[in-house]
Amino acid sequence: MSKTTTSAPEGQEKGPEKGPEKGQDADQDLGAAGSQLSTAPREEAPNLPALGVIGWIRWFWRQLTSMRVALLLLLLLSLAAIPGSLIPQTGIDATKVEDFREQHTTLAPLYDKLGLFNVYSSVWFSAIYILLFVSLIGCIVPRTWQFVGQLRGRPPAAPKRLTRLPAHTTWRTGAKPEEVRQAALEIVKQRRFRAHVAGDAVAAEKGYLREAGNLAFHIALIVLLIAFGWGQLFKSEGNKLIVEGDGFANILSQYDDFKSGSLFHNDDLEPFSFDLENFTGTYETSGPNKGTPRVYQAELTYSEGAYGKERRTTVEVNEPLEVGDAKVYLVSHGYAPVVTVRDGKGEIVYQDAVPLLPLDGNVTSSGVVKVMDGYKNAKGKSEQLGFNLFFLPTYGGGTMLSQFPALVNPMLAVSAYHGDLGVNSGIPQSVYQLDKKHLKEFKDDKGELLKKQLKPGDTLTLPDGAGSITFEREVREWAGFQVVQEPGGGWALAGAVIAILGLSGSLFIQRRRVWVRATEGPDGVTVVEMAGLGRSESAKVPEELGELAAILYEKAPGAPDADDPSESPVPAEGSDHK
Amino acid sequence: MTLAAATNESLANLSNTLIYSAMAVYTLAFFAYIAEWLFGSRSKVARTAAALTPGKAGAQAGPAVTVQKAGGTAVLERPQVTVRAQAGARDVPDGPGAHGGTEKGDLYGRIAISLTVLAFLLEFGGVLARALSVERAPWGNMYEFNITFSTVAVGTYLVLLALKKNVRWIGLFLITTVLLDLGLAVTVLYTASDQLVPALHSYWLYIHVSTAIFCGAVFYLAAVSTVLYLFRDSYENKLARGGKPGRFASSVLERLPAAASLDKFSYRINAAAFPLWTFTIVAGAIWAGDAWGRYWGWDPKEVWSFITWVAYACYLHARATAGWKGRKAAYLALAAFGCWLFNYYGVNIFVSGKHSYADVGLGALQAVGF
Repeated sequence: MSKTTTSAPEGQEKGPEKGPEKGQDADQDLGAAGSQLSTAPREEAPNLPALGVIGWIRWFWRQLTSMRVALLLLLLLSLAAIPGSLIPQTGIDATKVEDFREQHTTLAPLYDKLGLFNVYSSVWFSAIYILLFVSLIGCIVPRTWQFVGQLRGRPPAAPKRLTRLPAHTTWRTGAKPEEVRQAALEIVKQRRFRAHVAGDAVAAEKGYLREAGNLAFHIALIVLLIAFGWGQLFKSEGNKLIVEGDGFANILSQYDDFKSGSLFHNDDLEPFSFDLENFTGTYETSGPNKGTPRVYQAELTYSEGAYGKERRTTVEVNEPLEVGDAKVYLVSHGYAPVVTVRDGKGEIVYQDAVPLLPLDGNVTSSGVVKVMDGYKNAKGKSEQLGFNLFFLPTYGGGTMLSQFPALVNPMLAVSAYHGDLGVNSGIPQSVYQLDKKHLKEFKDDKGELLKKQLKPGDTLTLPDGAGSITFEREVREWAGFQVVQEPGGGWALAGAVIAILGLSGSLFIQRRRVWVRATEGPDGVTVVEMAGLGRSESAKVPEELGELAAILYEKAPGAPDADDPSESPVPAEGSDHK
Repeated sequence: MTLAAATNESLANLSNTLIYSAMAVYTLAFFAYIAEWLFGSRSKVARTAAALTPGKAGAQAGPAVTVQKAGGTAVLERPQVTVRAQAGARDVPDGPGAHGGTEKGDLYGRIAISLTVLAFLLEFGGVLARALSVERAPWGNMYEFNITFSTVAVGTYLVLLALKKNVRWIGLFLITTVLLDLGLAVTVLYTASDQLVPALHSYWLYIHVSTAIFCGAVFYLAAVSTVLYLFRDSYENKLARGGKPGRFASSVLERLPAAASLDKFSYRINAAAFPLWTFTIVAGAIWAGDAWGRYWGWDPKEVWSFITWVAYACYLHARATAGWKGRKAAYLALAAFGCWLFNYYGVNIFVSGKHSYADVGLGALQAVGF
């Protein structure tokens, strides 16, 4: 993350005693030596562009790819992401959005216009991240070329005055300058510096992985974004509720609900099928968290392809079944009491396990039975029957709320209707609700809606020989599965891994240069000068230089000092940089 | 009740006792740190003022001043490396620390650190006993998250101390918030020791949540340093302009490290934690892919970890951008930590999403940390 400038003047407003021009002086001293320690773009003062379309485009491009604008876009991105976490989102929970619309009749239309119910696919959010990524690409491409150039070139030659570098050391030695340079070259190369002899000095550089990591990180982010976008376009996601003993084949018509990305095609569905053999749910039986789920487990037999071999597997909450590109997740569960409906003659017109939808954590559930055909009333006329069911896996007496999520004391409350269910009108309707428009209530003795609480085995007899409904001594469980196919996951993961590695490289590796100059002094004794330069001020650079100097010093031991006190450093008063 | 359940119950009780004991010892450490600052205030050394006030000795020290490095002086048979301060950087010495160079202050400071070590061990034991009592990682709810968070924060501080890093000055500020954090944990957030809901049965819990806690703890240390940087920086600026800061401000800020050191400290920590935070989000995404059928779905917790990530990315970029480095970057760092904090408390308490594994009947406060 280092789109840094190396040569921008430092220390604006950093105290009156040092003018910025001093800092500039120092930088100019380094000349080419300090250049390109990073490939960061230079900060430019905003100039008024020359008139003309191309001039404007160029100005706009330069602005967009500047660090300052990238920073502002990043800030904007984080701000723009906030509303999506506070306002319900259609893509996450559509029912919550509907509730919100009902409660806030004035605010909701405004939110709609601003796209606040779909923040992450809204125009303005997209605009921000697209601009950000364009800015990123505009920054990365030139930097990559520059970096390739640096890799193909050699570390820059030593600056004239090594004393002006952040870390510096010098000594006099009896060894010949060429010997010193050769020894220094070997030492730095052993330490995996890229080095060469340029003139009277060895120039060495290390830590290229910093820039490589930096570039890899930013490129990986682009890969990640593209993989994510690709996945969203070709994604499919469907839900299916399956009662124990029933099965599912992965074709569109089998799903209860299904949504897909705009480029998804039905043929893309992975061919497989499975049966739900058994579902197990266990719950905490005591303590403050009584009723909290402990284990959810669905045992399946599945086969890949149209005629694949049958295999057994277990699907749990964190362990989906993977078939090809598709993953089958266990997302919900509930109960399906087995109910039998008989007509006035005692003949069975309906017998099935009825999946009911849970309403709370203790699986108080509700649903309906719809007897669509085969039933004739007492007068022998064809009619449809409807039953509202309310189910408590653990009835505690009193309130109509379940006391525990497991089947301890099941109770089924039934109310009965007859007439026209409205299923033939062509309008799709919920399988969990009755459309009571054309239904009449069965009445009890007092003339009120006929209803009864049934224990397993109990029967509610309908009045006037209209038949009966029985709660059989069997309650099956059902499991809700979500089948997701999202391509590009592998690319996204690869992008993420490279991003982390690159980021670590760019933040933990220090790019630095070392120069070793060996010249013959006026008195014939060789003067060795060593200097180090890092991209940022770091204690590591002088430490490393010290180690290198110590090794070189062994090979080129010190000679007696000449009378030259001017070169010795003056310690500053009270300064402790360690 | 089975034997195992009885053992677990006594372990859970032991954990609670240890956490309360740790709080008691932290409180003693807190007073010892206060004593250190109080005795340290008798120190009359004002090195910063000396270095920055115009007209006083040393004020003319330009950037050309060289400093001798320990690496050169420690070994005799070795050339000395001279270090030249970066051009334009203000050359201000670090303060002496809370004790202000006074012997008594230093004594209390050492007592405070010893107590902190003891409290840390107690708290660590508390977290461990909690983990053993529930036979899982102790990161299943906000209470467990809070006690682990402060343990990691204090542990990091002690490790840095052991590595002889200049961090002793952070002690009082750290322990104050550790006490707050633990107080919140045992009063508002307390949850009896318990197993996890099926959604949390995954080894990703160990990977994702542990790194999230660690990142939070070290981001916190960096945030403390950033706040102190802002104070210290304006103090130095005032001195450099020839102003006269208040006596209390001088007394406290004089003893802190130089603004540049504080800034560097927080930068290093943030920069080191940032890749780990990235990893936390990626690990969370992988887990989400296994648990919820999509690796990224703009769930509130995901959104806020993303915002936190972008905010820290802003900070790292800003620190390298002319016109933004310094105070502006520091404000960004604080905003980023604010995002992290909101992601933890705010999202858990005010926003419902897939990360709220609310316990039945106990409400949203019991929701899982991350």
